[in-house]
Amino acid sequence: MKKVSQIQTLIIDGKEVGGKSDESILQVAKENDIFIPTLCYLEGLSDYGGCRMCIVEVKGMPRLVPACTTLIREGMEVTTNSEKIHNYRLSILALLFTERNHICSACVSNGHCELQTLALKLGLTHVEFPYIFPKMPVDATHDRFIADHNRCVLCGRCVRACHEVEGAHTKDIMGRGITSRVITDLKESWGSSKTCTSCGKCVHVCPTGALTEKGKSVAEMEKRRQFLPYLKLMRERR
Amino acid sequence: MNFEELHEIAKIENEKRAQFEYSINVCVAAGCMSCGSLELLTSFKKEIERRGIENWCKAKGVGCLGLCSAGPLVSVQRYDQKSEVIYKSVTLDNVHEIVDALTGEPVGRLACSKEMSFFKNQQKIVLENFGNIDPEKIEEYIAVGGYEPLYTVLREMSPANVIEQIVKSGLRGRGGGGYPTGLKWTTVMKASGNQKYIICNADEGDPGAFMDRSVLESDPHRVLEGMAIAGYAVGADKGFIYVRAEYPLAIRRLKKAITQAEQLGVLGRGIFNTPFNFDIKLRLGAGAFVCGEETALISSIEGSRGNPRPRPPYPAEYGLWGSPTLINNVETFANIPAIIRNGSAWFASIGTEKSKGTKVFALAGRINNTGLIEVPMGTTLREIVFNIGGGIPEGSKFKAVQTGGPSGGCITSDYLDTPADYESLTKLGSIMGSGGMIVMDDTSCMVDVAKFFVEFCMTESCGKCVPCRDGSAQMYHLLSKITSGEGNINDIHMLEKLSDLINNTSLCGLGMTMPNPVVSTMHFFKDEYLAHVHDKICPAGVCNMKRGGRK
Repeated sequence: MKKVSQIQTLIIDGKEVGGKSDESILQVAKENDIFIPTLCYLEGLSDYGGCRMCIVEVKGMPRLVPACTTLIREGMEVTTNSEKIHNYRLSILALLFTERNHICSACVSNGHCELQTLALKLGLTHVEFPYIFPKMPVDATHDRFIADHNRCVLCGRCVRACHEVEGAHTKDIMGRGITSRVITDLKESWGSSKTCTSCGKCVHVCPTGALTEKGKSVAEMEKRRQFLPYLKLMRERR
Repeated sequence: MNFEELHEIAKIENEKRAQFEYSINVCVAAGCMSCGSLELLTSFKKEIERRGIENWCKAKGVGCLGLCSAGPLVSVQRYDQKSEVIYKSVTLDNVHEIVDALTGEPVGRLACSKEMSFFKNQQKIVLENFGNIDPEKIEEYIAVGGYEPLYTVLREMSPANVIEQIVKSGLRGRGGGGYPTGLKWTTVMKASGNQKYIICNADEGDPGAFMDRSVLESDPHRVLEGMAIAGYAVGADKGFIYVRAEYPLAIRRLKKAITQAEQLGVLGRGIFNTPFNFDIKLRLGAGAFVCGEETALISSIEGSRGNPRPRPPYPAEYGLWGSPTLINNVETFANIPAIIRNGSAWFASIGTEKSKGTKVFALAGRINNTGLIEVPMGTTLREIVFNIGGGIPEGSKFKAVQTGGPSGGCITSDYLDTPADYESLTKLGSIMGSGGMIVMDDTSCMVDVAKFFVEFCMTESCGKCVPCRDGSAQMYHLLSKITSGEGNINDIHMLEKLSDLINNTSLCGLGMTMPNPVVSTMHFFKDEYLAHVHDKICPAGVCNMKRGGRK
């Protein structure tokens, strides 16, 4: 039996909007052209709630909540932006920039990078924390793709795309905290992976230049993600 | 199994006990075992045999006797007079004289004074069977009234009655959050779903905390019984105990306890000839601190990476494999049989207005009586540290007591008269936590302490959300800079900013509370931070300052 979803009305940034009860604040905001910055969220993949960029304020809730995983409720009053939220987002972005190596001028994804776009859009002018610059490996063993861990933001999109859409579960995350890293199979080189179908979905869902196609020079790597909402729609209809 | 059979077991066991005039109880919990209590127990048994006194004296292993710093501990009980002498730091050489002294005066130099406030000022509910029963024998647990509450619940009470009792008792979660247990049970009972689960969180990971380990090692059946009662109340027939693999003894005893309970039919199918079934399985944690967080724990039991997920939905509604799941901590479950046996009014009469019952604390650090204690909620910290805990070793001065582990904070001497209950500790910027108490004297540098906890959280962060993953690393970096004499005032501001960020934007409880040790030490010991950055000196002389600063 299909679950019947109820229609709920709520207020986002002073605007009265409506949505279905199984929709998240982020989805409803998108439908109504209200911008909430996101990084780990991607339409067509499961919600992750890891990047904390989409944090919003909901009246009556003691804490800031991520818009991607919080379902709407009747009469909810959501504030998507305030000075406090903006500053938190800037700090989180700054932390991401210090975490690894994000030198845009030398990156194949320059100009097509979601991290870069977010920084520009939110007006991140400088980074107040010291850069960590860990020494991370680059895996170029695959015939067509490269994994450059120096550019990775650990958003987990590749892991989810590989598991949920392709069904291969080649990618996963190992380690803890700051030393976490995306791995192929049981930390093997990508080229020798027996489970990888070389579909390239992980490459195209990656927001930065961490997963790229071979043969691209600086600023040449454009990601094509149109397939995701399409696949999702087709699967839902089936 | 029916009530008569249960009574029969208790009767036989009690008769067996009454044959012996004396019982030499050797602590076989992890603390005393590590200083050789097993050899001691064998030696006592041999000595009894050698003297041919096995008709009226026996030696057995029992659970934790509390005063872990003076182990191995041996308690000599005399049944007819119901008297007890506790010997501390017993060695193999002392076996002779202790057995000699059975009928005469106790060996004075080894005996702990009964008047010692460590023993006198405690009130034991969770720890009531500690030092009295053999944790590896279900019969001994039944002999002291064990599994009777489960019988009462199954035969005489409806699930709603049980929950009503728990609600009325005012019991709150002992794992740290202090969420009302009755409310949690009600939510799970009302949640719709054919399959429900009970999970016992035994992934105790706070540095300096060992309450849950001791409970599992010393009285495992108590926890099983509490879980079965919870299962009946909320309508679950399967339970999991998630215990960390670093507790091999607890795991061994739990396994044994589960097997025994299944053999006797107090766990399994048709318990006490009712239609109620309840199975308990063990799941071992692989050493991740974050798996103590309930959603990460569930994910780990499911076989996935132990990452937390955003709540809501709460596990009570959407938990293990998507089913409604009740998660309580070891100590919470251990309170349940006592509440059913003695009634909710009795339990509610202990403690303070909002925090009922007792709390087990693990005393550690610079304190004379390191060990496990249980006191009514609302006992002042001064009473705990200076009276029961025996104060600070001579020659040094009390500085602070750290409660709540990496999520808690420090409390200074000015606030020692604060009652230990959920609200009072939270008001001071600390938390009750699971019950670890680390006492520090003036040889501890508070910046260094903060650095220790931040490092702990940095390495234990799961890495899923950015503020916790990167923020903890940056905080650790700043604190390392300060403790090596290279910090400046801006670093302190940065620490404050990061603390606020991490607290407000992290995904799970580990991240949210991670900055607490820093915030709390910065609040109470600002001068120490300033001494580190301005004068480049460490007042406690702990930090190795690169540049020898102004004196």
